[in-house]
Amino acid sequence: MSDMRSILADSAARLFADLCTSQAFDKAENGELDASAWKRLEEAGLTRATVPEAQGGDGADLGDALSLVRGAGEHALPLPLADTLLAQWVLAAAGLPAQAGIGTIGPVVVPGKQAANDALALTRYGDQWRLTGTLYRVPAARHAGFLAAIAACEGAHATVLLRGALLQAALTRRDINFANEPRDTLAFRDLPVDAACVGPVGGGLTAEELRFLGAAFRAVAMSGAMGRVLKLAVAYATERVQFGKPLGGFQVIQHGLAVLASQVAAANAAADAVVDALSRGAAHFEIAAAKARVGEAAHIVNGLAHQIHGAMGFTHEHALHRSTRRLWAWRDEFGTEAEWAEWIGRIAVRLGGDGLWPFLTAEKKQVS
Amino acid sequence: MSNAELRFEPAEMPSNVAELRAEVRAFLAQMRARGVYQPGPAGWAEVNRPFCIELGKRGWLGMTWPKKYGGHERSAMERYVVTEELLANGAPIRSAQAADRQNGPLILHYGTEWQKMTFLPQFASGAASCAIGLSEPDSGSDLGGIRTRGVRVEGGWRLTGQKVWTSSAHYSQYMTVLARTGEAGAQRHAGMTRFLIDLSWSGITIRPIYHMTGEYDFNEVTYVDVFVPDEMVIGAVGEAWQQLSMELAHERSSPDRWTAQLHVLTRLLDHLDEGADRHARQSVGRLVAHLWTLQKMSASVAWMLERGLNPSIEASIVKDLGTHYEQEIPHMARALVGEGERAALPEDDPLVRILKYNLLFAPALTIRGGTREMLRNNIARGLGLR
Repeated sequence: MSDMRSILADSAARLFADLCTSQAFDKAENGELDASAWKRLEEAGLTRATVPEAQGGDGADLGDALSLVRGAGEHALPLPLADTLLAQWVLAAAGLPAQAGIGTIGPVVVPGKQAANDALALTRYGDQWRLTGTLYRVPAARHAGFLAAIAACEGAHATVLLRGALLQAALTRRDINFANEPRDTLAFRDLPVDAACVGPVGGGLTAEELRFLGAAFRAVAMSGAMGRVLKLAVAYATERVQFGKPLGGFQVIQHGLAVLASQVAAANAAADAVVDALSRGAAHFEIAAAKARVGEAAHIVNGLAHQIHGAMGFTHEHALHRSTRRLWAWRDEFGTEAEWAEWIGRIAVRLGGDGLWPFLTAEKKQVS
Repeated sequence: MSNAELRFEPAEMPSNVAELRAEVRAFLAQMRARGVYQPGPAGWAEVNRPFCIELGKRGWLGMTWPKKYGGHERSAMERYVVTEELLANGAPIRSAQAADRQNGPLILHYGTEWQKMTFLPQFASGAASCAIGLSEPDSGSDLGGIRTRGVRVEGGWRLTGQKVWTSSAHYSQYMTVLARTGEAGAQRHAGMTRFLIDLSWSGITIRPIYHMTGEYDFNEVTYVDVFVPDEMVIGAVGEAWQQLSMELAHERSSPDRWTAQLHVLTRLLDHLDEGADRHARQSVGRLVAHLWTLQKMSASVAWMLERGLNPSIEASIVKDLGTHYEQEIPHMARALVGEGERAALPEDDPLVRILKYNLLFAPALTIRGGTREMLRNNIARGLGLR
């Protein structure tokens, strides 16, 4: 990690630790947004990390952004920072202006498909556009000041920016994920959109590219969250005494924690390899492999952590569930481990036995 | 543990990594074309000394050792890349493996100048094999309890005892033997010495122990009053335990801990075609995601070793994850290609041949080089629990 990146990550981590109080979690669980906490993220400049420097942001690369996402994941930060960073990135990729406030993205998931540009459709209407379609499971849509979404447009795709009241008027369903993070539905029908809010046709990210980036963001956040789960489990096993000795003194518990730690190590390695690959360009295979591997690790890590914590870990008052519930939620978002494994399997079968190893060791992997 | 966050930083690969990989692949193609080897069911574990001699000529044994000892003074990461390529491509390196990976580095670190000048060139040529004598009938994982004993005599030691499950001893010229030479101490780690043995010495009997797969790799090696001259003691008398820790970190993180079943996966991919159903695609895709992750972790540990760190815990993690993944491969292959489908294939079909062998071999993977249980004890120690 570069020095700048680690300074950024360290100072962010201190702020995250500060903001992650019990009251902050309770507020988030009740569906409220802690505006003062968000303001502190803004004041620290973290929400604009991925905004280009020409627009007054930090112009952080994806690696820097992901170091913040990892820290937020580690602390179970109950604020939509990762999705805001992703939304700013999507806007910048399409040459659209950066926005203030909380941002979100779409499509996250398309019923019956893994990724599709046609969840939304943009059609020209005079010198304006009209937007039609439905976005499901949109992170924090109810709190968001802006949405950066990918739509089908004139046989290609385009990025569309929606703001404020227009966005809130489209909210048709409020839902949550396992961690009580808002995942809402937005429906648009012939919504007029100003030309200034539509990126170039064929420019910016495709819906598939957004899905890959989203998977990278979740995989990295999950590796951070798993690190926290390991710390909690080791601490509990060290403090909790049964049969006259700490739980961690029993070999069966030690081995459970060893397995847990090994899965965390694998998740870290996969997530760090994604960051490394992204610094060299598109990293589709690496992202797919990491989301598949990290998703599988989450199942094992959560299972063992709850088992070791016993009934205590199942209670609301214990911090464990803040991390484990996020892991269960995030492993489903932007593709489950099974979906990504299938995507990899398709490539592997096409490569055949003799093609697999040269492919894995190639610096740049062609996956189209 | 110094790496409490359990991060496996991406390794900095050598700048010539692509050329090195291409060189190894071209060399292997040439060896196959010349009939030096054909891929077999055991993958890289096939014994083939002519191949290892070619490997030595090519400069790919003892790669990092000083030139005056027959080495080639390449970087540890260059060696890692070559090793990974050889193993992933199922090159039959077995007869040179222990000397190149463990016994050679052991002598290089702890041996005398005479030992280095005498034995390292033989190891680097691929002509000499060196077995490893740790386990005994009553001491497998519990190495502190070994009973093979070295007794001080004029000019050397008299060695008596028995080593078992010793791979490769029947075709090796040498063997390094762990023996008790002094008081064990409370931890039982004191008073152990490593000897370098010439297996042609009198008083040594080598008896085969067959695997349940039917093949012959294991041996029982008995020592009765074998005279070992002083110059064959490796490192300081009584300090062999400390030597073991680094040796095992090299062994456990090595790519052979996740490449022994790779040829099962690749032949399975050959067998499946583009019409493979969703379950098959998910199953192999999941294994490929594991393989990719393990390769990153293994390279990361090699890079830690190059930087002088002691990644003993990290190496244990790689071996535990790697062998767990490897045991799934033959199981997955037989589940995806059912008996009916296999029955219709010709007898010499690579997948059929491999499955007959590898499913039965798989249990060894989580035992050799440290059992899963010992690895997990080690990881728990790294977590501060022991």
